[in-house]
Amino acid sequence: MTSTLSDTDQPAISPAFQQVSTARKAKNGLATVLMWLSFLIAVVPLVWVLYTVIANGIKRIPFTNWWSQDFGSVLSDEVGGGVLHAVVGTLEQGLVCAIIAVPLGLMVAIYLVEYGPGTRLAKITTFMVDILSGVPSIVAALFIYALWITTFGLPRSGFAVSLALVLLMIPVVVRSSEEMLRIVPDDLREASYALGVPKWKTIVKVVLPTALSGIISGIMMALARVMGETAPLLVLVGYSAYTNWDLFDHEQASLPLLMNNERATNTMEPGSVGFDRIWGAALTLVLIIALINLVATVVSRLVAPKKK
Amino acid sequence: MTRNRTKVRPGDRIFKNLSTGAGVVVVALIGLIGLFLLVQAIPALRADNVNFLTSRTWDTSDPNNLRFGILDLLLVTVSTSLVALVIAMPVSLGIALFLTQYAPRQLARPFAYVIDLLAAVPSIIFGLWGILVLAPELAPIAQWLNETLGFIPIFGQGNVFPNFSGTIFTAGVVLAVMLLPIITSLSREVFERTPTPHVEGALALGATRWEVIRTTVLPFGKAGYIGASMLGLGRALGETIALAVILFIPRGKLFDFSIFDGGATFASQIAANYSEFNNPTSAGAYIAAGLVLFVLTFAVNFAARAIIGDKKGD
Amino acid sequence: MKIMRPMGAVGIVASAALVLAACGSDPASTSSGAPTSGAAAAATGTANVACGGKTPLSGEGSTAQKTAVDIFAQQYAKACSGQVVNYNATGSGAGVKQFNAKQVDFGGSDSPLSGNDATAAAARCEGNPAWDLPLVIGPIAIGYKLDGVSSLTLNGEVSAKIFNGSITTWNDPAIAALNPGVTLPSKPIQVLSRSDESGTTDNFQHYLAAASKGAWTQGTGKAFKGGVGNGASGSNGVASAIRAADGAIGYMESSYVKDGITAAKLDSGSGAVELTAQNVGKALDAAVFKTPGSNDLAMDLDKIYAANTPGAYPLLLATYELVCSKGYDADTAKAVKAFLTVSATTAQQPIADKGFVPLPQSLQDKVLTAINAIS
Repeated sequence: MTSTLSDTDQPAISPAFQQVSTARKAKNGLATVLMWLSFLIAVVPLVWVLYTVIANGIKRIPFTNWWSQDFGSVLSDEVGGGVLHAVVGTLEQGLVCAIIAVPLGLMVAIYLVEYGPGTRLAKITTFMVDILSGVPSIVAALFIYALWITTFGLPRSGFAVSLALVLLMIPVVVRSSEEMLRIVPDDLREASYALGVPKWKTIVKVVLPTALSGIISGIMMALARVMGETAPLLVLVGYSAYTNWDLFDHEQASLPLLMNNERATNTMEPGSVGFDRIWGAALTLVLIIALINLVATVVSRLVAPKKK
Repeated sequence: MTRNRTKVRPGDRIFKNLSTGAGVVVVALIGLIGLFLLVQAIPALRADNVNFLTSRTWDTSDPNNLRFGILDLLLVTVSTSLVALVIAMPVSLGIALFLTQYAPRQLARPFAYVIDLLAAVPSIIFGLWGILVLAPELAPIAQWLNETLGFIPIFGQGNVFPNFSGTIFTAGVVLAVMLLPIITSLSREVFERTPTPHVEGALALGATRWEVIRTTVLPFGKAGYIGASMLGLGRALGETIALAVILFIPRGKLFDFSIFDGGATFASQIAANYSEFNNPTSAGAYIAAGLVLFVLTFAVNFAARAIIGDKKGD
Repeated sequence: MKIMRPMGAVGIVASAALVLAACGSDPASTSSGAPTSGAAAAATGTANVACGGKTPLSGEGSTAQKTAVDIFAQQYAKACSGQVVNYNATGSGAGVKQFNAKQVDFGGSDSPLSGNDATAAAARCEGNPAWDLPLVIGPIAIGYKLDGVSSLTLNGEVSAKIFNGSITTWNDPAIAALNPGVTLPSKPIQVLSRSDESGTTDNFQHYLAAASKGAWTQGTGKAFKGGVGNGASGSNGVASAIRAADGAIGYMESSYVKDGITAAKLDSGSGAVELTAQNVGKALDAAVFKTPGSNDLAMDLDKIYAANTPGAYPLLLATYELVCSKGYDADTAKAVKAFLTVSATTAQQPIADKGFVPLPQSLQDKVLTAINAIS
């Protein structure tokens, strides 16, 4: 040890002023290089995918008829019409899914972090959520089909799709909210209890707001994923080229279903009608989610507790 | 000694019951799904003429002579997910650390937003982009790997053609791109919340930036990062339509432990043939495959949890 | 706004008059410039379409007929304003399943109902049989990409051998024998098939079984049984896979043959025949029904596949609309009848423009009889 206690007449050499050894410098440099490298590696496919979607899809987006008409009066290979029917379907199905999945998922996360730790139910719940996260979307859809349509005898509809999407959304909401809630420092909770605040109020007024931005980010991630799912749409609802505002009855279009429809029936060469439609629909979905994301970020920033 | 009787406030009780109830609902839900899968699968499993777990054929066209085995499906599913994780996990870790520790603020925020946008791209588009745009570009790399490292089985000759198009390699890369936003976003959130006292303490001891990360950020964020990766793995195992579009199905040839093979995963197999579920017994065969996926996810998550230990705080 | 109402009424009467006039008048006969022996394209007399009934009408099934059904729906909406038809193209199997489950009003299938499906359909129709009405006939192409070979002739036997792996290189003597004067490279043949279950596959395999003189023993069905090559997802997937590989060959609906894919000619014994709607029409002359005399117009296509009609292209698929003979409620029956009547008549010309083969007169008569008998 470089202790200089024995030489009290010498100035103290504090480690803070020692030169960093070359080995440590090298490791640090290497780490920096690797970080920048992973950034660059990630940038490539990221930009590539988004560029492809934007470049291929931009052709019809800026026109109002894209957003205000549906394909009802237009044939598969005719130019014209718009995706209103699909946008309506996607938004309705996604919204209803979120209304069910977010409170449920959040409450499960709260249970796992605040009330559950150590209990048997919590351990079982954690495992179950893990399993649910691995259920393929087609299996979730088949389950809802067996339950909602075969057993309950109800017709196929957008609502059945929402139910299947709930199954897909819950694990992501639970897992991400759980992580966010866990890393809220216990000091905050304890300070709140010390002030006599009931536990539930602590959770609602102290813990949740602290973790809010992370939770919202997790919810957005989950929502983005479910709004782009195709498999439940194939099984649980039919495609309609007309706008259908009724979530509970009849065929309803949605953006992924529209894309799948185009893929199955139209050729995909650049410049063809099918090409413009499918990439246009993809870009539409990305734009919608980006918008929702933006709104959510702004809201969370307003609601979150101010950092000093 | 007076017994300490704490009054349980009604608000507390209600809230606690609500959240416990939510946990019960979710457990019941998964139990129901498992039950549904079992009920549908058992008749088919009974009628199976070959060993379900070890056979590599899949022929459900004749309801009276069902011959289906999941080994090939299992191998392909695991391979694609493995390739995806091997690529996505380190890259996501790097990006998350980069965004929280290295990047200037003006770069970090918009870039994080753009990564999150990637999650908004629907899976069918990833499938199309993968097979139409990415595969031709990956082909030279794949070919180089095959030529120089071909003596290692996983880089050996594939069983589909065009040789480097609809392969597990392509599918794995596309999956990795799909997983990046999930793992990165969650990890980033966790790393950002590393307690400042820890970081400042490390800096005060003269640590370099990398050492700060190694001693404070990583240990703190390890559980969150693994949790995020498990979420990503779940997505990879269950991804349906993207893989159905990308992967070519080799006829008459089996999975050969090469990443340049094609094949079907559990999910893509079910999706490709779902529309033919007219016969409950044949349908049961596919459901049985779904059941295996269920069990597989469980096993992997169990292992992951065992590795990172009990996650209850410190 | 009170002024608008009489104007509105006048407008409605005027447009109704126009619509009825359009319905009543026949466009010039469709067989302009394509005189086919006996298979004259149908004249379109739809003086009486009883519009009304359930809307939206829902159908599901075969992707091969999606383009045609879209045109049917469009013509139907023109003939009966306000009537909507939603058709979901998820495959013949899904169509049969959803029809039997009463989730849709009619199904679209590339193969007629048989066995358990027919029994379930009868149950769905309250104990009455379900009928298969052929409304869309489409050619199946054997598409290939081979540098330097712009014209290729195959026959049933050689095709069967290619698709089951007995012939593996392009310059095989069997292929060369059918293509005198063409230099075939010694490349390996890369076979593409559908990885998802498909009616196109089913019809193609039926053709191979019927026309190959015993060379195809792999069986038929919606899943490809050849055991060789690659499966790709959907006709789009097959087409783009063929485009990407020199020396690739596969089967698909004729509308996917473009941009680098060429359709092979078929020789049934009387010379090479090119894939045109006209030549397919010739092949339809040999159409025979599985239950002659009944309104269930399921066709026995094997006779067509095995036939050797000069100038006929035999590789076709007939897609059927599955309907209940009886058992619909009044609203649904009315709408189904109106929709199918328009489809079988006015709409046959527009679908011919898209590469489908319009119903020949004799077939159309039978179809209309069956439609009228729906109640």
